[in-house]
Amino acid sequence: MKRKTDNRIDWETFSEGLWRDNPVFVMLLGMCPVLAVTNSATNALAMGLATTFVLLASGGLISAIARYIPKQVRIATYIIIIATFVTMVDYVIQAISLDLYNALGAFIQLIVVNCMILGRAEAYASKHRPLKSLVNALGMGLGFTFALLCLGVVRELLGAGSLFGVDLFGENFQPWVVMVLPAGGFLVLGTWLLLFDWIKQRKTQSEGEELHAR
Amino acid sequence: MHADSLGFIFLNTVLANNFVLAMFLGLCPFLGVSGKLDTAIPMGLATSFVMLVSSVSAYAVNLVLVTLDIEFLRLIAYIAIIASAVQLVEMTLKKYSPGLFRSLGIFLPLITTNCAILGLALFQTFKGYDFSQSVTYAFGAGAGFTLAIALMAGLRERLALSQLPSATQGAALSLMLGGLLSLSFMGFAGLGGGH
Repeated sequence: MKRKTDNRIDWETFSEGLWRDNPVFVMLLGMCPVLAVTNSATNALAMGLATTFVLLASGGLISAIARYIPKQVRIATYIIIIATFVTMVDYVIQAISLDLYNALGAFIQLIVVNCMILGRAEAYASKHRPLKSLVNALGMGLGFTFALLCLGVVRELLGAGSLFGVDLFGENFQPWVVMVLPAGGFLVLGTWLLLFDWIKQRKTQSEGEELHAR
Repeated sequence: MHADSLGFIFLNTVLANNFVLAMFLGLCPFLGVSGKLDTAIPMGLATSFVMLVSSVSAYAVNLVLVTLDIEFLRLIAYIAIIASAVQLVEMTLKKYSPGLFRSLGIFLPLITTNCAILGLALFQTFKGYDFSQSVTYAFGAGAGFTLAIALMAGLRERLALSQLPSATQGAALSLMLGGLLSLSFMGFAGLGGGH
């Protein structure tokens, strides 16, 4: 495997995952946890942080040992490394907060099959130096957490009238229950994507008009 | 019906707690391969087959893990089983139906990272199902997945013929459709009554 010579770490290395290549909104990776655990903002935050940790740890380790892994078995090796870190996270969350552990359920263990993590290992960590991979993984993880929060906040606000478990609207609020049910996850994410597509389209349109006016 | 009876488990997994539409498992192929009915149904069947194989093997491996008291290795063991099951399906398809093999493309090896399959193996362990219950659960999950992906592909084939605003083309629309499908499947919730 050839290593890229460019090992400079700049803002772009970090910010790539936050916005331009956001794993959820742009690349549509790791959708299952995105929809399944975002019925409250707290769950969304916990899931985002757990995924970020696995992304960081596996990214760092894989990028450090990538050159010793035979090419034919690399995917299997990556999966096993990821599974090891996920098992660790699983036990740690169970020890810290049993309530959270029960709320997230099997989805903590299902971080293993989050295609974003394997994707970053294959496409980025195995081709860059450990430090650069770590910075990039941190950006990706924060971008993922940001996206989860975008969904979690909207769904909890509309579906339960609260935010991080704190009641906001008082007793007269009629909760929009469908938002915390499965259907709401699809609809809210669809609406976010629609919004981003629309903004992008407006931007390219106005850029085109500017070019035309010159 | 009793909550542990086989018929109940099957109906519950196909309709009321559909893996894709109610539990959000296996969304990548659900959004990625649902463009055409001709590829969606084989994809559903291939996934069902992998589910069945990995469910049976996961049951056996779990017995070994429990007797040896090394349950912390469960995740790693399951993922290894699933990867081999996918490899098996891939080789079979490549030999007997090369055309289908090509049209499924990258999504075939990606069945490994389909969370529906690992989810199935984990859930059957958490719920403490015995052998026949596990197999029924796997059948139900496979049928439910195939049903969901086929419905979605049918809808998208019809939509391709209609005129839409340009911003709604692509993933946003698929998610909206998924939301509506999920809403309609909520109607089955009365059949199951909880997880």
